[in-house]
Order: sequence, then C-alpha cells, then structure tokens
Amino acid sequence: MNMRRFLAASCVGFSLIAAPALVLAVDDPMEMLPNPKDEARAEAIGSQLRCLVCQNESIEDSSAGLARDLRRVVREHVAKGENNQQIMDWMVNRYGNFIRLKPAFSFSTLLLWCMPVLTLLLGLASAFIFYRRRAAAPPSPPPLTEEEKNRLAQLTKDKDNAP
Amino acid sequence: MSNSETPPNASRRRLLMALPLAGAGVVGVAFWKMLSGMEHGSFNPHDINAPVLNRPVPDFTLPDQPPMQGFNTQDLRNLTQPVLVNFFASWCIPCLAEMPTLMTLKDKLTMWGIAYKDRPENAENFLKHSGNPFSRLGSDHEGRVGIEWGISGVPETFLIGPGGVIRWHTAAPLTDDILNQTLLPLVEKLKTP
Repeated sequence: MNMRRFLAASCVGFSLIAAPALVLAVDDPMEMLPNPKDEARAEAIGSQLRCLVCQNESIEDSSAGLARDLRRVVREHVAKGENNQQIMDWMVNRYGNFIRLKPAFSFSTLLLWCMPVLTLLLGLASAFIFYRRRAAAPPSPPPLTEEEKNRLAQLTKDKDNAP
Repeated sequence: MSNSETPPNASRRRLLMALPLAGAGVVGVAFWKMLSGMEHGSFNPHDINAPVLNRPVPDFTLPDQPPMQGFNTQDLRNLTQPVLVNFFASWCIPCLAEMPTLMTLKDKLTMWGIAYKDRPENAENFLKHSGNPFSRLGSDHEGRVGIEWGISGVPETFLIGPGGVIRWHTAAPLTDDILNQTLLPLVEKLKTP
C-alpha cells in the first residue's frame, strides 16, 4: 500500500461524499416550481441576477442565504405569471442596476456597450491609414552614385571569383 | 549617407513606446486611489444599494420583537423627527461590534431595530447582553422585509427623515467617525423645530 494509492483512494472517497452535498447546497429540489416551463424561466431570470453576497455569482449559482431568498422571490413572481421584465424591474427597484449581471443598455452604459465596435473601427481606421500612406509613398531609394556603382561591380566581381 | 541621419519618425516611435508605460501609470494611480479610498472609508465597492436614497420607505409590516413593539411603513411615514433604522442579528459579529456605538447614540437619536433572519428569543438575548438602544423592534424572521429594503447583509443602517423618506444609508458597521462626520450633522439638518 503506497502513499500515492492512498491519496487517490481518499480523493475518490472525498468526491463521492462531497459531490452530492455541493449539488444539494446549490439546488434544493424543494425550491423548484412544479411546472418545468416555469422552472426553466425562473432559472433563466435567476442566472441574470447577481448574488449580493458573493458578488460574482448569480443567485442560481450561489448558496448564500440571500441568494436562496431571492430565488424564492423570483419563483413566486413567475408563479404569479409576471413577465421577465416585471421581475427584473422589481429587483432593480430594490437593489439597483448592480443586481443585473448583464448591464442594461442606457446612456451611462453607452460607452461600455459600444466599446467593442469602437475598438474595431479604430483598428480598421488605423490599418487603412497605415496601408494607404505606405502605398502613396513607396520607399524608393535614391539611384546609386557613380562611386557606388563601381564598388558594387567590384564586390560582385570578387564574389564571382570566389571558389 | 542616409543611414547616419535620424529617421523623421524616430520621435514618434519613442512616443508610441512610452504609451504602454503611461497607460500602466494611469491604471496604477487609479488602483492606488481606490485602495486608499477603501482604507479611509471614502470608497466602498460593496456599498451597492444607493437606489433607496431619497425614496419613501418600502411597504412592510413587522411583528413585535420582544421586548418592544413592532412597526410598519405607516409608522415611519407619520414621523416628524428623524429615526435611525438598524438591521441587526444575534448571529452577526459586526452587529455586536457596532452596539456600543449605537448605545452612545441613544440619547441623541431615536432608533428602531429590525432583527434580520433571527429567532426572536435569540435576538432578545442578544439585546440583553449588548444593551438595547432601540425604542421599537420588529422581527424579520424570513428576511423578506430586508429584501424590500434592499439590504444585502447585516448590519445595515438607514436614516429616515420626517415623512418616512430614506435620507442616508450604510452597509457597514457604524463607527464614531461615521457618527460625528456624517450621521449627526445630517440628523441636525433633518430635525424640525
């Protein structure tokens, strides 16, 4: 029985014990809505809402108490038949735009949303200017002087004579 | 010979090479400002719910949290003097840490407490040990009223002006600095003679 085998066995053992616990912590089947269509919609909304406790996770991913409460709120509103926009507005009204994982398109986020297009345009424009300038002014070195011609002839002659 | 002359765009090339350095410098200064702001408390990236500011208090009704009487939206709307609303819980260490600060405030400002996601008997015990600065107490056992107020944890504190309008909010434990520099001057301004 070597050390490596023992480690491997304990890894497998740990994941067998831990995996179901992790899954249950995040997704308690008791929270789910009976109608699979409603449940799918609630999950779609929840995955767009930031958990205010673990701020880079959605409320669907987080196991924080507040995330669980907010999941329940979303499901209540879905069960009441509210549309996605109404539920999102309800959340933004209480927690501000910060709760949206995907920022809304508005005047203050205009620069954010347009940045990829702006960067692409900037790159295209600079490439265009660069290539046009190069085409307009092709690098044409001045013709060789008499002295240079002689030197070149000398050099090529030397090379021809080389073994 | 043309090789010994400096090419006309050498200075421009040097400028382009300086650009990444300058960019890194600007980003560095910005990070430094943010970090020092976090240290002094002037910048808090976790302070997320500004939307409640200058809005009327949300709709809610809180049952009594012993040993005090609960309260609801209408009670806050009927106010003629500022009131501090504090969310706390017996399981929350920062709440315990800010209790002495709240106790010093007891004679200067009316305070109403909300026990957030806490068993009433635990919250009552907590106040027995830490002292009770509150004149009314509601129990938000399910945490649903907290969501209506847009809180993300405890402690969170709201200053309610006359008429039930939220005038100030913090998601951090109260300190003497916050009281003296921000909260108490604001309370003086909101007080009606």
